[in-house]
Amino acid sequence: MISIQHVSKTFSPVGHRGADATAVHALNDINLEIADGDIFGIIGMSGAGKSTLVRTINLLERPTEGRVVVDGQDVTQLAGADLRAYRRRVAMIFQNFGLLAQKTVLANVCFPFLAAAGKVTEADRERALGLLERVGLKEKANAYPSQLSGGQQQRVAIARALACDPEVILCDEATSALDPKSTNTILKLLRDINRETHVTLVVITHSMDVVEKICKNVAVLENGRVVEQGPVERVFEAPSAQATRVLLGRVDWDA
Amino acid sequence: MPDIAAFIDQFGALLAQGTVDTLIMVFLSTGIAYVFGILLGVILHLTAPGGLRPAPVVNAVLGWIVNIGRSLPFIILLVAIMPVTMLVAHATTGVQGVVFPLVVATAPFVARMVEQSLAEVPREVVEATEACGASVPRIVFSALLPEALPSIVRGVAVTLIAVLGYTAIAGAVGAGGLGDIAIRYGYYRYEDQVMIVTVVLLVILVQVIQSVCNLIARKVDHR
Repeated sequence: MISIQHVSKTFSPVGHRGADATAVHALNDINLEIADGDIFGIIGMSGAGKSTLVRTINLLERPTEGRVVVDGQDVTQLAGADLRAYRRRVAMIFQNFGLLAQKTVLANVCFPFLAAAGKVTEADRERALGLLERVGLKEKANAYPSQLSGGQQQRVAIARALACDPEVILCDEATSALDPKSTNTILKLLRDINRETHVTLVVITHSMDVVEKICKNVAVLENGRVVEQGPVERVFEAPSAQATRVLLGRVDWDA
Repeated sequence: MPDIAAFIDQFGALLAQGTVDTLIMVFLSTGIAYVFGILLGVILHLTAPGGLRPAPVVNAVLGWIVNIGRSLPFIILLVAIMPVTMLVAHATTGVQGVVFPLVVATAPFVARMVEQSLAEVPREVVEATEACGASVPRIVFSALLPEALPSIVRGVAVTLIAVLGYTAIAGAVGAGGLGDIAIRYGYYRYEDQVMIVTVVLLVILVQVIQSVCNLIARKVDHR
């Protein structure tokens, strides 16, 4: 269970200290509960604060105010080795895949083992090959990311995310750089992995299509605030916020 | 038609020694400069605003030191630090006397080159390694430096060629090498042939350095 409690994030402009008129309030008093095993969508327009919000969950961004509580533990207090150990429980995949271009596919999938133990054992490599098989890319183990298509690169990133046996996978616009076919492949893979392992998925997207296909619950973000949240069917059936209707395409586009 | 055999007889050994001296000066000082330059470049990158270990004071102080090192023309720096050179190298002339000032002049240059190469590594890639729970030293040695390697190798070519230029300048104060020969024979004694040959040798050195570094950069780049 991930509990985001009164989280706010303010970016001060470089060279200025403290809050002033030019500070950017990226997140404003966000409250969300994400259950174990859920596929939770966070949707909003560009600049709504989606990426900042998801980054507060694994502390790539530290909230200015509020807490992120995971399984009863306030993770915003973590630092050093404790923080690194926590981050291994929360994997992440990215819009542009975030693969190491100078390392092979296998070495990329083994990176979490290297990060955790300082070395990669033969057993780790076996496990990584198993994960590559799971995402259908075992024969590409010795290729470099540049030799793969975008969809294949994202599958490698998913294999890397699974290497830590995570409880949560954060997906930051994971299909936004992909064509519709690759998008479907990635979404099916994520949904199947969620069913097999009960890993919690937090899916950041600006596409209602993605939410409709795989999410169970959804929160709509606008200008750093949650304007609507609930089960996907309910939100799609009766959207209450204007932002949701715009995202659903239920407003006159030419207005 | 000048007699080539007579020319080689008269100046061959001198030019060969000059080429060897130049190569020693260039590669030795560039090598040492990279030890300090990579360290400085990594610290500058990590401590920058938005870096993995932001430290504004450390970053500003190191930045000033690097800028001071880079703002002095080499000939001025060479003369200005002669007392320190004497202490460190026990000489201020010849190859022995010029390596120390070359390192002092080159390390800040290398620091900026390395800093720039590291900054070219995509932010998402670094975030991905952080999200895997990697420590900062692990990110530096297993992700940042390997990812920046092709760019760093290209920087090595730029640095080697810049240092080659510095050694020619150092020739003016008796450092030895091809620059020294060009000034003593070509300039003071009007030996035009010697001047032309040193220029040709310098051009060949630059071409070879650039080609070899390009080749290595392509070999190590898997993008």
